[in-house]
Amino acid sequence: MTAPPSLDAAQPVAAAVQPAVPVRRRPRRSPVTWVRGGGLGPVVFLLPMLVVFGLFSWAPIVQTVVMSVQETNLVTDPTFVGLDNFRAVLADPLLWTAVRNTLWFAVLALLLGYPVPLVAAVLMSEVRRFKGLYSTLAYLPVVIPPVVAVLLWKFFYDASPGGVFNTLLGAVGLGPVPWLQDASTAMVSLVVEATWAAAGGTIIIYLAALTGVPPEQYEAAEIDGASVWGKVWHVTLPRLRGVLLITFILQVVGTAQVFLEPFLFTGGGPANSTTTILLLIYDYAFANSLGGDYGSATALSLLLAVVLGILSAVYFRLTRSWSAS
Amino acid sequence: MKSIAVLAVATAVLAACSGGGARSADGRTVVTVSLDPGLEQGAVDAFNARVARFESANPAIDLVPREYEWDATTFTTQLAGGTLPDVFTVPFTDGRGLIEREQIADISGEVAGLPYAGKFNEEVAKAGSADDGRMWAVPIAAHGQALHYNRTLFTQAGLDPDEPPTSWEGIRSAARQISEKTGQAGFAMMTSGNTGGWIATTLAYAFGGRTEKLEGDTAKSTADSAGMVKALQAVKAMRWDDNSMGANFLYEWGTINQDFAAGRIGMYVSGGGNYGSLKAQNAMKPEDYGVTALPLTGGPDAGVLGGGTLAAVSAGASDPVRAAAVEWIDFYYLEKLTNEDAAVADAKTTADSGQAVGSPELPVFDKAAFDERMTWIAQYVNVPVEQMTPYTDRMFDQPLVPEPTRSTQQVYALLDPVVQAVLTDRGADVGALLSGVQVQAQALLDRR
Repeated sequence: MTAPPSLDAAQPVAAAVQPAVPVRRRPRRSPVTWVRGGGLGPVVFLLPMLVVFGLFSWAPIVQTVVMSVQETNLVTDPTFVGLDNFRAVLADPLLWTAVRNTLWFAVLALLLGYPVPLVAAVLMSEVRRFKGLYSTLAYLPVVIPPVVAVLLWKFFYDASPGGVFNTLLGAVGLGPVPWLQDASTAMVSLVVEATWAAAGGTIIIYLAALTGVPPEQYEAAEIDGASVWGKVWHVTLPRLRGVLLITFILQVVGTAQVFLEPFLFTGGGPANSTTTILLLIYDYAFANSLGGDYGSATALSLLLAVVLGILSAVYFRLTRSWSAS
Repeated sequence: MKSIAVLAVATAVLAACSGGGARSADGRTVVTVSLDPGLEQGAVDAFNARVARFESANPAIDLVPREYEWDATTFTTQLAGGTLPDVFTVPFTDGRGLIEREQIADISGEVAGLPYAGKFNEEVAKAGSADDGRMWAVPIAAHGQALHYNRTLFTQAGLDPDEPPTSWEGIRSAARQISEKTGQAGFAMMTSGNTGGWIATTLAYAFGGRTEKLEGDTAKSTADSAGMVKALQAVKAMRWDDNSMGANFLYEWGTINQDFAAGRIGMYVSGGGNYGSLKAQNAMKPEDYGVTALPLTGGPDAGVLGGGTLAAVSAGASDPVRAAAVEWIDFYYLEKLTNEDAAVADAKTTADSGQAVGSPELPVFDKAAFDERMTWIAQYVNVPVEQMTPYTDRMFDQPLVPEPTRSTQQVYALLDPVVQAVLTDRGADVGALLSGVQVQAQALLDRR
């Protein structure tokens, strides 16, 4: 039996790509020599992390994928339903309401929540005295438990003329504003509280980044006659752009998963005007006291994860090109 | 990914925590039973004494009390995770759904053996029974919806608290007067966490409507019935024409009780026996409290939406646990309705711990048994009985209509945003909103 022509023809090619220097082969290590050489140590140290991640992160994610193609109430045996849960979720008119609301929250949070910490950090970095006090005051909302903060703000947002904010507005002849009690103002009210609650953390990040701006650059700008705004525009912002991009993307991802504020303030109301995607997932799973639609909840969770995954990929792409510029 | 991880961890942990009854080291059948959380020590001691009495009468059973109270937000997770006690309580609303999904144990065989099995009030028994009539969950308390009102606000508004409204026009007029004279909400309504649908359904019943119609094995959604439209139009008129409904339109059961007890609400609709919760959880002043019957205005179909509490057994309970659980339900929940000594002991304990005794309720069995029990516990009644007569004088005469039986909570959830829209959007089109709900509700009913 002769070899096929193609094999013969391939031999010279194979010979041509032979490396000039012979490959240095690593001696084969037996498990015993691997253990004796200290190979077990890293595995032992890794084990707790692997167990914890496996139990509380990876296994549940796998379970989520499984449940997304099942109909289950977690009591009786689950039934395989294929992609029915995904179809049901995509056909739910409330999904698109939730998507719109989440996008609206994200836009408002970017418009309001993105510049506020930046402006505050720049101003705070300029002050000469009591810098620590300002930082502490800015960070204080972050250390207040979110549920307590929401309860406080619910009190402030009392829509009656005697409510805290409405009393203040009343003093200057404005209001009363319905705040959480009207579809047109509810989302804005949530964003204001969310900005207040989260700005402190971002301010601290910006302040830390601002310490990395060499003072000589400000001095050079001053010598060149730059105004305060000129210094911010030509020195501060370019130096912060890496941090700004990261906080921007983190905020986008964070707002896509907003849950706490609509859940605690309004429960998604009035008339679904603050129902977000995560709240809808929660409602699928837990709002019905008889045991919810866990299949739809996990299906929507997966869809959201895919979208956020794509968003993250775009983010990495953008940061790479930004860094290279 | 965070959302997936959170949801998945919650469900996985819950699923891992499931139980199902066991035997103690000495071979006795262990049954976990519900104990109300947050009780005074005296009430806990009294409960433990009853447990001890039960165990001495049933030496093969080992009862383990566990704190439990039905709460819509935690019940789902407890049910899914199998962390409920072997014996637990649920509202009537959940009974049929739990039975349909087989999420509770079928105890119909054991219940059929109880001496009073055939004596339950027919309408009340339906809440805990399957379509074939077998009782999977035992009714232990029943009530009808009622109109609660704040007597002090009535007085401040120039209204007679002993003559509460007897028509919807009267309610509207009183609400307007309270709002104008006191600055507080004349009439308020629950709207969130499925309670908006619950109260909207209550009002629809009062106006002669229904939210579903059963035809054999199929159910037809009638969420857009004329009664529902009239009810929501009446609410809309109070909100937008009279501005008598205050400024909070996102109430649920806990928050509306809170504001009512605090004197911020003139009138609202809830269960007729709500005084106990108002006193125990919201420090309701007895002198402020009044309750009256809901006006029925929709002709012969108008009725009062009924509700109540069922005792059920965990789906995972083994045969011996199931049998022991029904023994406990009989002993603890029903004996006080049928046995004088048990009734007196229970009333005394409740009164001694500062809780309300004598709040209006409807008979689980027949009215004669109910009246007899009321005479047994008369000396311990500590609620303002006189102020409840506008309701108690009429509650037995009003036709009691059970809650919808199919996809009840889901349909309530669909109605929540409608009620919220009526209260927050002047231009809300009640008919169009309800038509949308009707379509979605029908899809739910068809999917069953």
